[in-house]
Amino acid sequence: MSIQTIEDTKVKAFPAEPAAELITFTAKARRRIDPLAIAGKAATALVPPAIVILVLLVVWQVACSSPTASLPPPSQVWNEAYDLIAHPFFDNGPQDIGLAWRVLISLQRVAIGFGMAAVVGVGLGALVGQSVWAMRGLDPVFQILRTVPPLAWLPLSLAAFRDSSPSALFVIFITSIWPIIINTAVGVRNIPQDYRNVARILRLNPFEFFVKIMVPAAAPYIFTGLRIGIGLSWLAIVAAEMLTGGVGIGFFIWDAWNSSRLPDIIVALAYIGVTGFCLDRLVAAVGAVVTRGTTAK
Amino acid sequence: MTAYLKLDHIDKSFARGSQVSEVLRDIRLTIDKGEFVSIIGHSGCGKSTLLNLIAGLTKVSAGAVLLENKEVDSPGPERAVVFQNHSLLPWLTVYENINLAVSKVFGRSKSKAERHDWIMRNLDLVQMAHAGDKRPAEISGGMKQRVGIARALAMEPKILLLDEPFGALDALTRAHLQDAVMDIHSRLGSTTIMITHDVDEAVLLSDRIVMMTNGPAATIGEVLAVPLARPRRRVELSSDRTFLRCREAVLKFLYERHRFVAAAE
Repeated sequence: MSIQTIEDTKVKAFPAEPAAELITFTAKARRRIDPLAIAGKAATALVPPAIVILVLLVVWQVACSSPTASLPPPSQVWNEAYDLIAHPFFDNGPQDIGLAWRVLISLQRVAIGFGMAAVVGVGLGALVGQSVWAMRGLDPVFQILRTVPPLAWLPLSLAAFRDSSPSALFVIFITSIWPIIINTAVGVRNIPQDYRNVARILRLNPFEFFVKIMVPAAAPYIFTGLRIGIGLSWLAIVAAEMLTGGVGIGFFIWDAWNSSRLPDIIVALAYIGVTGFCLDRLVAAVGAVVTRGTTAK
Repeated sequence: MTAYLKLDHIDKSFARGSQVSEVLRDIRLTIDKGEFVSIIGHSGCGKSTLLNLIAGLTKVSAGAVLLENKEVDSPGPERAVVFQNHSLLPWLTVYENINLAVSKVFGRSKSKAERHDWIMRNLDLVQMAHAGDKRPAEISGGMKQRVGIARALAMEPKILLLDEPFGALDALTRAHLQDAVMDIHSRLGSTTIMITHDVDEAVLLSDRIVMMTNGPAATIGEVLAVPLARPRRRVELSSDRTFLRCREAVLKFLYERHRFVAAAE
C-alpha cells in the first residue's frame, strides 16, 4: 500500500515538472510588471535623495532656530505658508491664487516664447549650418548677442513693445534662441555627405530635404539645444516677471519680498525648482523618443 | 547604333587653392543597354570619382557624360547609386527607406497601393521582405547592403551604379550578394556599372572589365571582354579556362604593368 502511494507520487511528479518549468518561464516573461521589482527600483532612486533632504532640513532647522536668525526655519515655513503648500490650486480673486496657477501662467509664457524661439532657432540654425556665407555673416553676430544677459534686453523690449507682457515673452525668446541656433547649425553641418548624396539622387527639393533628412539627422543636436534653451527660458521668466509684474511665479516672489513674507518665497523657490526639473526631463524625454535610432550607425 | 551611355573625353581635376590636381584624363567609354561593366584599379586611381561623375554627384572638368545622347551633369534617380556603406537613413525602417525613394520617383505615376506593391516586390527581389519593419541598426551589414540595392532598384534606374558595394562585407556574405546581383541582373537586364578592387568579383559578374591606370591623371588602360555564358556559377567557373584567362589578364594588368606605387600617393 505504501509502495503504491510512493509510485503514485513519482508518476505524478514527472509530468508535474515541465508544468512547473512553464510557470517559471511565464513568471520571467512577466517580470516587467512585478510590483516588488518596481518598488525596489523606486526605493533605490528615492531613498538616497530623501535622506539628503531630511539631513538638509535638520541642519536648516538647527541653524535658523536662534531668535536672532534672519531667515525662517522649515517649521516656521510649514506653519506660515501651509496654505500655499497644501492648496496649490486655490483661487480667491485676481491677486490671491494658488502657486500652481502662478506656475501655470509662467509656463504659458515660457511655452509661447520658447515655442517661437524653437521654430525660429531651428530655421536660422539650419540656414547657418547649410550655407557657408550665412555662417560667415551671422555667426559672429550670434556669438556676440548670445553673451548678453537676459535682463539686459528688458528695458529695450519695454521701450519697443510699450507693454510688459510681450516684453517678457521677448526676453524668453531672445534668451533661449541662441543655444537652439548654435546646436542646430552644428548638427546640420555634421550631416553625413552620404545622406546628402541620397537626397541629391532622389532630387529632394529644399523643403523635402529639410523635413526628411536635415531635421531627423540633426535631431540629437537640436534637442540638446532645446534642452539648454528651455532651462534658460525658465531662468529668464522668473527674473523678467519680477520686473514686469503680472500674476506669474516671479512676480509672486517679488511681491512676497515687498511684504516680508519670507516663508512664501521659500515655498515658491521649491515650486520653481521642481517645475524647471520637470521641464528639462520633459524635453529630454521627447528628444529620446524622437531621436531613437538616429544616432545608431 | 548609338551607345546607351557614353563617356566622352572626360577630364576631372580638383583645385585646392592654387594647386590643381588632375585625377582623370581623357576617359572614353561607351556602354550598351543591359551591359554589366566593372571598373577596377588600385586605390586612389579615381575610380570612385569616375562613378560620381556618371552619377552627377561631381561635375566634369571637361568632356561630357551622355545618357541616351543627352548630357547629364546633375544627379537623378535614373542613375541610382548603391553606396559602399549602404547610406540607409537610420531613423527610417527598411520599408520607409525604400518608400522615401519610391514616393519621390513614383509619387505621381503610381497609386498608394501600387507603390506598396512595388516596394514589396523590390524587397522580395533582394529577399528582405521579412525585415520591412526593422531599422538599419537592427540588421546585419549584408542585409543593409541588400536593402541599399533594393532602394536603388526601386527607382527603376536606367543605369545602376554600384560603388564597391561588397567592400565592407565578409567573404561569404559577399559571395551571397554577388549571386543576388547576378540573379537580379539576369532577371531585369539592368545596365550596371560596378566599382571594385576584387579581381574575382569583376570577372565573375562583368561582361566587360575596364582597367584603370594609376593616378594622378588616371585613364582607362585596357578594356577586357569576359566571354563567359550566363548564368554563371562560381564553383564551375573556378576551373574554367576562359575564367582563368580573364583573371590572369586582369592580374597582369594590375600587378605587372601598372603596379601600385605607394610613393605616388
